Amino acid sequence: MTWSIEPTLPEGWELVVGLEVHVELATATKLFCGCANRFGSEPNTNICPVCLGLPGSLPVINGTAVKYAMLLGRALQCEVRPSVMARKNYFYPDMPKDYQTTQYDQPTNSDGELMLADGFTVGVERAHIEEDTGKSTHVGGGGRINDAVHSLVDYNRAGVPLVEIVSHPCLDTIEHAKAYVSGLRDILLAIGVSDARMEEGSMRVDANVSVRPVGSEELRTRCELKNINSIRSMGRAIEYEALRQIDLYSNGESPRQETRHWDEAAGRSTPGRSKEDADDYRYFQEPDLVPLVPSAAEVAAIDDAMPALPSARRSALRQLVPAVSVSVEVIATLVDRGQDELAIAAIGKGADPEKVVTRLQHDLAVDDFSKITAGAFADLIRMETSGELTATQAKQVLSEMVETGGEPRPIAESRGFEAMPTDDLAGLVDQLIADHPEEWSRFVGGDDGDRKKMQGFFTGQIMSSTKGQADGRAVADLLAQRSAG
Amino acid sequence: MSDRITRDEVIHVARLARLELAPDEVDAFTEQLARVLEHAADVESLEVDDVAPTSHPLPLANVYRADEVTPSIDRDEVLAQAPFAEDHMFRVPPVLGEEP
Amino acid sequence: MTAIELSAAVRSGERRAVDILDEHLARIEERDGEIHAFNLVTADLARSQAEAVDSAVAEGRDPGPLAGVPVAVKDNTCTRGIPTTCSSRILDGWLPPYNATVVDRLAAAGAVTIGKTNLDEFAMGSSTENSAFGPTRNPHDTSKVPGGSSGGSAAAVAAEFAPLAIGSDTGGSIRQPAALCGVVGAKPTYGVVSRYGLIAFASSLDQIGPFATTVADAAVLLESIGGHDPRDSTSIEAPAPSLLDVLERGVDGLRVGVLTELAGGPGGVEGISPDVIARTAQAVAALEAAGAEVSEVSVPSATLGLTAYYLIAPAEASSNLSRYDGVRYGLRVDASTTGEMNTASRSAGFGDEVKRRIMLGTYALSAGYYDAFYGKALKVRTLILRDFAVAYEKVDVLVTPTSPTTAFGFGDKTADPMSMYVNDVCTIPSNLSGHPAISVPFGVGDDGLPIGVQILGPAQSEPIIFSVAAVLEDVASKGGAR
Ligand SMILES: [Mg+2]
Ligand SMILES: [Zn+2]
Repeated sequence: MTWSIEPTLPEGWELVVGLEVHVELATATKLFCGCANRFGSEPNTNICPVCLGLPGSLPVINGTAVKYAMLLGRALQCEVRPSVMARKNYFYPDMPKDYQTTQYDQPTNSDGELMLADGFTVGVERAHIEEDTGKSTHVGGGGRINDAVHSLVDYNRAGVPLVEIVSHPCLDTIEHAKAYVSGLRDILLAIGVSDARMEEGSMRVDANVSVRPVGSEELRTRCELKNINSIRSMGRAIEYEALRQIDLYSNGESPRQETRHWDEAAGRSTPGRSKEDADDYRYFQEPDLVPLVPSAAEVAAIDDAMPALPSARRSALRQLVPAVSVSVEVIATLVDRGQDELAIAAIGKGADPEKVVTRLQHDLAVDDFSKITAGAFADLIRMETSGELTATQAKQVLSEMVETGGEPRPIAESRGFEAMPTDDLAGLVDQLIADHPEEWSRFVGGDDGDRKKMQGFFTGQIMSSTKGQADGRAVADLLAQRSAG
Repeated sequence: MSDRITRDEVIHVARLARLELAPDEVDAFTEQLARVLEHAADVESLEVDDVAPTSHPLPLANVYRADEVTPSIDRDEVLAQAPFAEDHMFRVPPVLGEEP
Repeated sequence: MTAIELSAAVRSGERRAVDILDEHLARIEERDGEIHAFNLVTADLARSQAEAVDSAVAEGRDPGPLAGVPVAVKDNTCTRGIPTTCSSRILDGWLPPYNATVVDRLAAAGAVTIGKTNLDEFAMGSSTENSAFGPTRNPHDTSKVPGGSSGGSAAAVAAEFAPLAIGSDTGGSIRQPAALCGVVGAKPTYGVVSRYGLIAFASSLDQIGPFATTVADAAVLLESIGGHDPRDSTSIEAPAPSLLDVLERGVDGLRVGVLTELAGGPGGVEGISPDVIARTAQAVAALEAAGAEVSEVSVPSATLGLTAYYLIAPAEASSNLSRYDGVRYGLRVDASTTGEMNTASRSAGFGDEVKRRIMLGTYALSAGYYDAFYGKALKVRTLILRDFAVAYEKVDVLVTPTSPTTAFGFGDKTADPMSMYVNDVCTIPSNLSGHPAISVPFGVGDDGLPIGVQILGPAQSEPIIFSVAAVLEDVASKGGAR
């Protein structure tokens, strides 16, 4: 994960961003009915009287969805409190009841935070439970909502459980906004409550953007950016919006509070519905549902079941490996692959940290490493660092360990691996030089390309004649020595 | 009496509720709603700052459904009730503006 | 014959369900043109249900406690594949793809669902004059309203179109028409009968309940439809109350309170007519004579109930009725955008009373007014619950009139909404508190039309209020209400 260079705002301006992240929970069923919560079904096949909001139907809340929401809340250090569902009233054809069942003044999770890799802490105002809407396809006018001839509505997604995570307007750079969203994504995957796929819409980000003169504490008029479908696209959208607002201020104008639609292809946003005509959602407590009152024991059980979160796992590994030789990205990769536990355990048993990381990063990138125990892995690394096994041999032993889960020493013995004494190796190298004078002179006298090619040639010869028992690096050292000498 | 609710407020409320009123209807509804709200004065003036609201008569909490799939209903039966359907979906005129 | 007698006759093989059905269909044929209790008579469905009951009896299977008993169902209760209209143009022709829980339970009890009864549009009204399909007439005097909103169900039972009917009660919509039509009607404790499939008016107040000609029949109907339903989150996790086996226990030693604010005295609710007050007092005296300890009990906030109700119910209704937008079912008036289509459909589909309540509720919830109106009304609800709790420390039940007057004439109260709303003043407090209440006929007024007396009790006190009602019924049948 290499972050783009922060675009610089014109001198004297700073960014104020708050993010609303909607996350679809990976439950088997919808929030208020037993219809399947499934992406990609035939239109209107996962529907029933409840999620269609048919007259007379009533919601019953999915206990697993509530549990997932609380788990997410605790992962974000939120307070989990007694909460109630509320109705948010507005007309929209995607919304079967023409109100959204959501949470308002008594959300399940409030007052949390997420610390980014650089130590910046993003305040989380709330993480509340709500239902998703259906989906419209706009027909005619190239699919654009405002030019459509008509729209077709599919309610498969209506009633899918969501958690809306609302940050404080505290994000001061695009880099922090991106790191926050990817941090949320890591947490969601770690606790397993969502597949968090922005492309499929199971994670959606709306950005509230405003700007202000540097040093000011005011919150100026914000615009809400919608239709952001990747982290990269969010960065572009925020940048475009900030520059647009600064431009307006610089011309003596002010932005209007409005929703803007991000057009990724065109690289610009266009105004949507104006929020001027005072949205009056007439929230009130949902009378068809009863309060959610988790006991202290329930919350404690959630905490007990909480897996180690990615940020904690990264910093645990970070502390054990030298920062100079192992980058942030490598650490993140190992954590993403779930190899951090093995690494930490092997290092704990005395294996060389850098070598541990290297083997995991390069040689276990795709393999199922579940059969490898920390003890066996540490032994292998120790055999390699002590010169008992060459790098090539170590890799071969490792791949057998992946298959069988065996110990490295018997595997090495069964293959007849014994690191070749350096004296024997020197003799072999000298003999090879004598047998190939032309190649040797190209190694000694040629340009960089020649030297590289010939080093490959000599190493290859040695490897084939020793059946891989030679240490590649020792061969390289000898060749360098001989050519210098 | 009609200072309880103004004509403009009636028009605003009707718009929020997606109701269209003819001018004479606005007058009639303003008058009638004002009379009901006049009656509501006894509640409006109550000193109840220390009283907690009751949204629900039953002291129930934590009623949950197991996360188990139950059969959905036949979409053709549902779509047969739709004023307009197309490609197994509900058809509506163009939707102007964004979802709030 | 009562429902209990009919069912016994069917189960013993003495009478056939199809014959009972035919008798009732004949009465409907003869007189419903005038009464208009039904929006739809479901003769074919009823016949197949009756035949199934008869073959169950023939095969020695028990068809259930309502075997072969015709039951009329209020037309705001979903019936699969059968039009369910709420007496509104906006739902005209809608065929629900599912049954309400009560409809399934009626079928399981062996009942024969004979038709869908008329109501005030979306149950908003107290006279059944607000039906898009024309008013229902009171069988006792067809120049009078039957009350509402369940006027069709009350009239169907009073006209002997069906021995039993299902109604819904949000502010008195079962009890008030029961009183005006001279039948028994009960609103159970909120959560005793599942609301699943009842088309919502005001969700925190709505409750389904029985109409019958006798207290025992009402009891057997409630026993059949009540009990926990996992599809309704607000359903009480308990079986239906057992009523029949305690109906005869009398009132000896029972503490009966007269709710002073609703008894016509000073400081109480105004507009309760003298004959109604007199009958209520007579009922209380009869209970005392039967062994009850009578006292006067004050529930001060009862006088605020009407106002609180006319803020809370419209607020919830304004939200519940948003879904009628012309997209998925029901009436659509087309227009060039979805927003305009929504507005055109709703404006054409809803009647004036529904529009009035939607606007009132929208206003009460809207920014700037929530605290003054809706928020205050919720606090009044707390006061009412508190006052009732205090009252029920002193007494077991409370007695009040059901309706301030006997049945009134068509158009008498339609010009001024407030004059209509006042009809619910005695019934509303128990909807706000969620408590059960039953109306039982007790004599007639100066005009010779029926008067109902209401018995209130705390949550889940159905066995007690039904047995008190049974005592009054007995007194009235012996001429003690004259
Ligand atoms: Mg939301
Ligand atoms: Zn569903």
